[in-house]
Amino acid sequence: MSTFFESFSQHGESSLKWPYPIKYGEETELTTDVLVLGGGPAGCMAAISAAKRGLSVIVADKSHSKRAGGGSGVDHWVNCPNPASPVTAEEAIEWEVNSYGGYANALSRYIAARESYDTLLEIEEMGGKIRDLNDEFKGAPFRDEKTKFLYAYDYKNNITIRIWGTTFKPAMYKRCKKLGVKMLNRLLVTSLLTEDGRQGERVVGATGLNTRTGEFFIMKAKAVINCMSFAEGNWLFSSELTGLPYFHPNIICDGPAIAWNAGAEFTMMEKSSPAPAPGYQLPSYGSGNPKNTWYPATMVDAQGKIIPWVDGKGNPINDVSERTLPAEGQKYFGDRSLHPDHRYSHLVDDLETRIRNGEYMLPLYADLTDMPDHERRVIWGMMVGEEGRTKVPVYDTYTAAGFDPKKDLLQSYYMLGGEPFPGMWQHETVPYFRGRGPFASPGGLVTDWNLQTNLEGLFAAGNALYAGNYYSHAAATGRYAGRKAAEYALTSSDSVIDRDQVTAEKNRVLAPAQLKSGMDWKELRAGLCRVMQQYCGEIKNENLLNLGLIWLKDIRENILPNVYAHNPHMLGRVIESFNLLDGNELIINSCLARRASSKHLGFTRQEYQEMDPPDWHAFVTTSQKNGQITSDKLSLDYSNPISLNYERHNSDYKGYLSH
Amino acid sequence: MKYSAYAMPNLPTPGNCVTINPDICTGCCRCVEVCIMDVLIPNPEKKGPPIILYPDECYYDGCCVEECRESGAITLNHPLMQRVRWKRKDTGEHFRV
Repeated sequence: MSTFFESFSQHGESSLKWPYPIKYGEETELTTDVLVLGGGPAGCMAAISAAKRGLSVIVADKSHSKRAGGGSGVDHWVNCPNPASPVTAEEAIEWEVNSYGGYANALSRYIAARESYDTLLEIEEMGGKIRDLNDEFKGAPFRDEKTKFLYAYDYKNNITIRIWGTTFKPAMYKRCKKLGVKMLNRLLVTSLLTEDGRQGERVVGATGLNTRTGEFFIMKAKAVINCMSFAEGNWLFSSELTGLPYFHPNIICDGPAIAWNAGAEFTMMEKSSPAPAPGYQLPSYGSGNPKNTWYPATMVDAQGKIIPWVDGKGNPINDVSERTLPAEGQKYFGDRSLHPDHRYSHLVDDLETRIRNGEYMLPLYADLTDMPDHERRVIWGMMVGEEGRTKVPVYDTYTAAGFDPKKDLLQSYYMLGGEPFPGMWQHETVPYFRGRGPFASPGGLVTDWNLQTNLEGLFAAGNALYAGNYYSHAAATGRYAGRKAAEYALTSSDSVIDRDQVTAEKNRVLAPAQLKSGMDWKELRAGLCRVMQQYCGEIKNENLLNLGLIWLKDIRENILPNVYAHNPHMLGRVIESFNLLDGNELIINSCLARRASSKHLGFTRQEYQEMDPPDWHAFVTTSQKNGQITSDKLSLDYSNPISLNYERHNSDYKGYLSH
Repeated sequence: MKYSAYAMPNLPTPGNCVTINPDICTGCCRCVEVCIMDVLIPNPEKKGPPIILYPDECYYDGCCVEECRESGAITLNHPLMQRVRWKRKDTGEHFRV
């Protein structure tokens, strides 16, 4: 007996009683040196860095930091120059700059490339498993026998390390606790506090809502680090039938919304890309496919015919071992890159035509049965097992149901024509929906070399940064931002909280809890997504975008005051939905600011037919001050000379790549 | 055969994200504490198994199962429309999660 209705039939009215103490209206005021918002890998590493400097640190997370943000696992550490790789930090950032037409965050990627190996070793020291210590893969071509590291995808360049990621977040959480970091779980951060309560001024703290008790938190800090990820829920929401496909259901738009409201500067928020409809995918990494976690799995058709592979430049390859080597003239494999210099080996490019012609009969299957033993074991058991959401939902569950990779072919749901498909086939299928998922390197906060935003006292790391992505990038930039925020906090003056700003925020946050009925958060969220689907879809123009803003204003003025919450958990969902509204406005305003189309950004403006005209081949930044929205252009190579700039800001840093 | 009927709203779907075995569960609530989406709440009775209050918010990462110290106390249920199938190569038999 564990469903609500079973509980109700047994306990009657007492099952309706909220199980936690209700503290609506109560306040807790906390003061700290460094306040970290978000307890994922970036947040935890930032907290550890700052605490090691002897500063007081708070981490606030709306879920629970032990497992928040990739807490169920991660299978690889990408873009990681290391002793067994010939790729330099300068080379490691090239693939992304090339693949995305310059719209990459070279600054934060370079920081990650310089320090991700150091970060990995630090996580190992905390208790994370990063080496094949039990010699399970002794002799495998992807293993370095001396260090016992296992490399992935490109066995010549070794720029990606396979890791036992299920051990990472619990280890970081434990280290935070050991260092005396105050971990505030179930605390949804609702706003940033600024000097004199003014938009665009120094950030001096944040407010939060405990989503179990309803208690309001006021956190005063000398430095604040936004590690609350990107905007992901803007176009896509399904109130039901979500289940396994939702990759990050708790990443809505909280981080961007609070920073936008405080006056922080964003870029690339106009970028979007095709996305699968919510509710129609299959378990991530849990269906047959040859990519990423499953790389380089053999794929066969319904009659067992093997689908041929080609190298990154399209030349046929026959042997399984060739799939893991770059093509002649290629530098190294770049994650998901379609650029010929960096593209992985892959199935033949005309597979779709060959299926339509009947050469390969549906359904397809992943066939690990005839693969070399080390490849089969490393895909099924190591990668599928350590990647996020694969240990329990896929590896354990399928194994318990009898799946045996030595005997069984796992079905692929790549069926052509937009039918439900698994996450790893995104390149081949272009459905109606749009999104800004983790694989699209979406927009976010702009920072300087200290990872400080345009707002003094506000730092950013991980997916909160524009074109962020990857666990290793989150952990390395978090660790770096923690270091820089600590330096800032050590020299900055004490901050003062503006009481009027706090009171206004508290009233805003608690208002829905005073209503017993009205509109529920799910209807609000679905409505906000519909505005984006209809007025900020693939094809845009100024009139459409402005209509979107009118709709959002209407919802803000006429719907928001009627949204109710029966308990603090639902209140949290309501506040997230409010954040979504703010984030949608940020995105639409960013779309209005780019008066040109861009292939690289998935951005089509009907009035501007030319794709990527030279005048607009730049970052467009957006921010607001005193309620006025301003935008500007920023050169795509603003962080150059990259190596020199890094050195200038980190002359006292000692790491593997330190000169 | 005795029939009965109740006035019940439709359940959110999927409505059965985990199964908790009350004979094994000790009611320690480690799963409640760690769940990213806060799907579960403690049982009104001390040491009773947690109640699944928001199954529609579950995203099936299995952290609740990973945290559990009592083997078999909590199992993850894949929604029917997301249960993947496989084929045994030698015999052609089909199976599913």
